[in-house]
Amino acid sequence: MTKLNVNPTRMQLTELKGRLSTATRGHKLLKDKQDELMRRFIELIRRNKELRVEVEEELKDSFKEFLLASAVMSPEMLEEAVAFPKETITVDIKKKNVMSVNIPVMNFLRKLEDDEGSIYPYGFAQTSSELDDAIAKLYGIMPKLLELAEVEKACQLMADEIEKTRRRVNALEYRTIPDLEETIRFIRMKLDENERSTITRLMKVKEIINATED
Amino acid sequence: MIYMFKIAVVGDKDSILAFKALGVDVFTAYESEETRKIVDFIAHNNYGIIFITEELAKLIPDTIERYNKEIIPAVILIPSNRGSLNIGMDKINERVEKAVGTNIL
Repeated sequence: MTKLNVNPTRMQLTELKGRLSTATRGHKLLKDKQDELMRRFIELIRRNKELRVEVEEELKDSFKEFLLASAVMSPEMLEEAVAFPKETITVDIKKKNVMSVNIPVMNFLRKLEDDEGSIYPYGFAQTSSELDDAIAKLYGIMPKLLELAEVEKACQLMADEIEKTRRRVNALEYRTIPDLEETIRFIRMKLDENERSTITRLMKVKEIINATED
Repeated sequence: MIYMFKIAVVGDKDSILAFKALGVDVFTAYESEETRKIVDFIAHNNYGIIFITEELAKLIPDTIERYNKEIIPAVILIPSNRGSLNIGMDKINERVEKAVGTNIL
């Protein structure tokens, strides 16, 4: 702890007291913010982890099927088959403010064009069934993958903010507030000391005056 | 702010071609310089989510980190067809450690 470099005057004392009460209030608010952020973060990160495990597992399956498909079909045919997708995915991103962190809220719009019956953008005549499987699986993973995107992004942003908040809380708790308290104590003592010395001086002066009068 | 964003996938052709059938825009890349250019291009062209294979993400950590600080776009790692490198999982654990101080999962 270090004493701030200030003059021990009454004015400084009032000012420092003001700063101390602001700092204490700020500390309490930031601490609350940190706690709430942490609670939400832990909820989200659990979900994030679950989703990632599931998605990675399922993507692996889908890739396996696709690999088989690319083994049986010629690369040109494969590319041609998927070249004109029937589905379009767009995402509408809004911002949501959670404890002063802007996290995205994503709304996905998946739209199948014309024929609603089939998700495959190709005819069955020249493609292998492995490709169908791969695409069907991928189609099934998509909702999870999109949720993962939303959750993971939110976690990213929140982790940064939590770290920042923690630094601020700690700086206030272990640096600013003790420093202010110490300085206030120092000024108080100094002022008291001055007062005492004035009284003694007055008493001494009075004594001298009395002595000369006698 | 209501605005429609597109979704992109970046990776090697064998891994991500299948995504094309789902209406996601597919960008193929193999090297770091190429990938960086593509990711930057995508990020400035109205894409809300970028899925990128871990193999490519490993090559351009700085670029990915830069977009992690912004709300849009979200850069999300996916495994490639050669399996997961566990970078995505490590990132999650890293984030927990950063926020909480220890790994509680």
